[in-house]
Amino acid sequence: MPFEALLATCLCYVALMFGVAYAADRAAAAGHVRWLDHPLVYTLSLSVYCSAWTFYGAVGYASRSGLEFATIYLGPTIVFTGAWWGLRRLVRVARMHHVTSVADLISARFGKSNRLAAIVTLIAVIASTPYIALQLQSVRLSFELFATSRPDEGGALGGTAMWVAGGLALFTILFGTRNLAADERHHGVVTAIALEALVKLVAFLALGVFVVWGLADGPVDVLRRVGDAAQDPRFADGWVLRPDRWTALILVSGAAILTLPRMFQVMVVEAADEDRLHVAGWAFPAYLFAMSFFVLPIAVMGAEILPEGANPDLYVLTLPAAAGQDMLALLVFLGGFSAATSMVVVCAIAVATMVSNHWLVPGWLALRRIPAGEGTDDLRGFVLNARRIAILAIMAAGWTYHQASGGAAALATMGLVAFTGMAQVLPAMLGGLLWRGANRKGAYAGICTGFALWMALIFLPSVGMGGDLPVPAGVDPWTAAVALSLALNTAAFIGVSIFGFPDPVERLQGLSFVSAVEPIRHSRMARGDDRAEPLLAMARRVWGTDAALRYFQAEAQAQGKSGYLPDLTPRFLTALERRLAGSIGSATAHAMIDRVAGGVALTVADLLQVADEAQRAKEETQRLEAARAELARTARQLREVNDKLTALSIQKDAFLGQISHELRTPMTSVKAFSEILKDPSITPEERSRFAQIIHTEAGRLTRILDDLLDLSVLEGGRAQLTVTAANLHDLITRALAAASATRPERSFVIDRDLPAEHLGVITDADRLLQVLINVIGNARKYCDAPHPAMRIRVRRPEAGGAVIDVVDNGSGIDAGRQSLIFEKFSRLNDPAKAGGAGLGLAICKEIMAALGGSISYLPGQGGAAFRVVLPARPPGQAG
Amino acid sequence: MPERPLFLERASFRRRRLGDAARILPVLAMILMLVPVWWMPASISFATGAVWFFGLWAALIAGVFALHRALLRAEAIAIRAAEVDPDAL
Repeated sequence: MPFEALLATCLCYVALMFGVAYAADRAAAAGHVRWLDHPLVYTLSLSVYCSAWTFYGAVGYASRSGLEFATIYLGPTIVFTGAWWGLRRLVRVARMHHVTSVADLISARFGKSNRLAAIVTLIAVIASTPYIALQLQSVRLSFELFATSRPDEGGALGGTAMWVAGGLALFTILFGTRNLAADERHHGVVTAIALEALVKLVAFLALGVFVVWGLADGPVDVLRRVGDAAQDPRFADGWVLRPDRWTALILVSGAAILTLPRMFQVMVVEAADEDRLHVAGWAFPAYLFAMSFFVLPIAVMGAEILPEGANPDLYVLTLPAAAGQDMLALLVFLGGFSAATSMVVVCAIAVATMVSNHWLVPGWLALRRIPAGEGTDDLRGFVLNARRIAILAIMAAGWTYHQASGGAAALATMGLVAFTGMAQVLPAMLGGLLWRGANRKGAYAGICTGFALWMALIFLPSVGMGGDLPVPAGVDPWTAAVALSLALNTAAFIGVSIFGFPDPVERLQGLSFVSAVEPIRHSRMARGDDRAEPLLAMARRVWGTDAALRYFQAEAQAQGKSGYLPDLTPRFLTALERRLAGSIGSATAHAMIDRVAGGVALTVADLLQVADEAQRAKEETQRLEAARAELARTARQLREVNDKLTALSIQKDAFLGQISHELRTPMTSVKAFSEILKDPSITPEERSRFAQIIHTEAGRLTRILDDLLDLSVLEGGRAQLTVTAANLHDLITRALAAASATRPERSFVIDRDLPAEHLGVITDADRLLQVLINVIGNARKYCDAPHPAMRIRVRRPEAGGAVIDVVDNGSGIDAGRQSLIFEKFSRLNDPAKAGGAGLGLAICKEIMAALGGSISYLPGQGGAAFRVVLPARPPGQAG
Repeated sequence: MPERPLFLERASFRRRRLGDAARILPVLAMILMLVPVWWMPASISFATGAVWFFGLWAALIAGVFALHRALLRAEAIAIRAAEVDPDAL
């Protein structure tokens, strides 16, 4: 194809990309992000993994080493099969902290250390520059190969790489540094890359289909030819897989998908959330599968059809050209062009972000010797310019490297060199995400060890300085170098971490990263509300006036305040710092906020306080729970008390009614008979009888009133006790004698255990006697047996005092009424028979209570049985 | 504070087991990719190897696809259950 036509095609294609990126940016700015945010766009953007090294190099790799080429894609496939729990978590944590790059992730995890980020940035720059040179070279080679007429030998073509680099730098600056948003997303770039991914895929599949069905006779034929390669002297040796190399390659490519700056950029930074990995989890491996499926057939057919000595790295171009398929060749050319440009653009954005955030901005802030948070200059402009300069510098470095290296062979290996370089970050990254014990010193040790070994054993030999690792025969030097560097890296990381002690900021970050919980700035940060204004001024310098004011106003509103100055709560400071980190990296954001907000260094005590917060919340819940139970208990008690009060009220009414009745009965007799006595016609005998009745009734009245008085004294606790020593035997004998006046016509058989009765007690003997007389009198009164008998037993319990049981052989008291007998005015039988007011047992109960003992009814003793329990001493009597 | 339940409902149980499967899958994939190469590098380097690795690759893609669909569905069920009964999760 003529050079001019090719150039025109390329320019059209580039213009299309600019247009797509521009349209996508416009749509995103207008808020139309629906399809821009589609998981398929995300998946396609991940295909920057397949750079020109893949597009052209995979076939060359397969020609030399057979199936080994597939490791570069099998590694990421394994990583993506774990997308559900692995990558999703990485994306979630990174989004949570507004991480801007892989260096920023490491720095944020290990205590927001900028120095660590700067080292990672150094590795990224060293690894990326030759890689970018490789892309430029592939474009140049394909141009040289494709352009049939050359208008200007040397000059123009020698400058192809420069023109490409310049154009890409322009594209990257235009669409990669438009704004300094809090979330570093570039819709235009991502959409253009997704489109390029489609071009790559279609071109490669078209070529593959043409090769398999056009040049060969279908898949079976191709498979046969692959099998025949075992006998082909060109392939036989190189194609046999070496297990050690195979394993190392899968490991390194799996690591690369996580740590390569451009992969981290599209996979983590540009992801709106982790949900798109649900689709990417299978769709990205499918993309890799499609890109690899025809590699082996193209390699085999290329070797067969093309002349000996043709460069296998360019089979994809030369094969359709040799077959006369010019349009297919052009499509493939555009595919390769896409692969190269998309990789360069994303890589430049990612590395430039790292360089500006971790080298230029901190360096500039340090050089100016002005406290970071203060000053009125436009930091935002500086950061954006720093990025632009970094992009130009990276492109220039790539181009310079390309010009300097010149030869094709030196660059071909740069893909793997870059992979192994960035893989040195993996131990610190994985350790930081999975192990809370990992600390900054360990990360330094691991990354520096890995970096040094990688430089000495892999990078410098690849550019012709130094020699390969001296290894025993049969061992692959590259594999040995990879294994050695990664093993020592990991060992240093773990070893130093184990013996180190992380500072509090680091421990807080470690918790947040490993447990994927929102980080919170400690409360000691929140001092002095007058600091809100300087913070606003600082945010304005980074985001621009409008954006900063909008953010501060929204935060103030969320706190329920009007105006633009929210309270400096830990939550607000955390959110502000993370949003700033999204623009300038976590380390710088942390330093700036610390300066402005007047932060105090975090101490272990603060950490414990943070840890306590969760515990406190839990305890608070438990406390509330307990309080609720307590309230329920109190309510129940109140209800019970209320019921009791109601019952007491009823009881009081009943008592009044009862007492009126009790007093009224004798009163009525007295009144009636005294009325009769006034009649002069009655005989003296009658008069005497009536007077006797009046006397008896008055006596009964007096007794009732005495009892009531006694009861009220006892109930009021005002009983006067005369405590003496007494012998129970004497008391019982006296009680029996006194009680015999009750229904003297009945003779009782008294069963006593005389020796046991001789117990001395210290109590009020008269009161106790009163109780005993009452109990024995009751027995005499109510025992309904034909041959009444009474058993009296006395014993001394362990605790001292005495227990007196009085049991008769009557029919006893019904179970249902046993609880009533100690109530006032309760009489089991008809009142006439009892001949009392029914206060006796109630008085007994009160007396026993006053004496510190008790009286109770014993059921199941073959008759009515009462137990009187006396304490060793009455209450209130000192021993 | 509600304690972690000892036994889960059917939906939650299934979700957890699918989660286990998602953890095992990468390990399984790694084993299936590495073991044949260490075991018989000579015979797996050509046509047999191509069939094995590309077949395995396609199976893995299908497996992840099915697994993610099942996981999403299980999660949706769990979320619905949680909406109906906040204590179900």
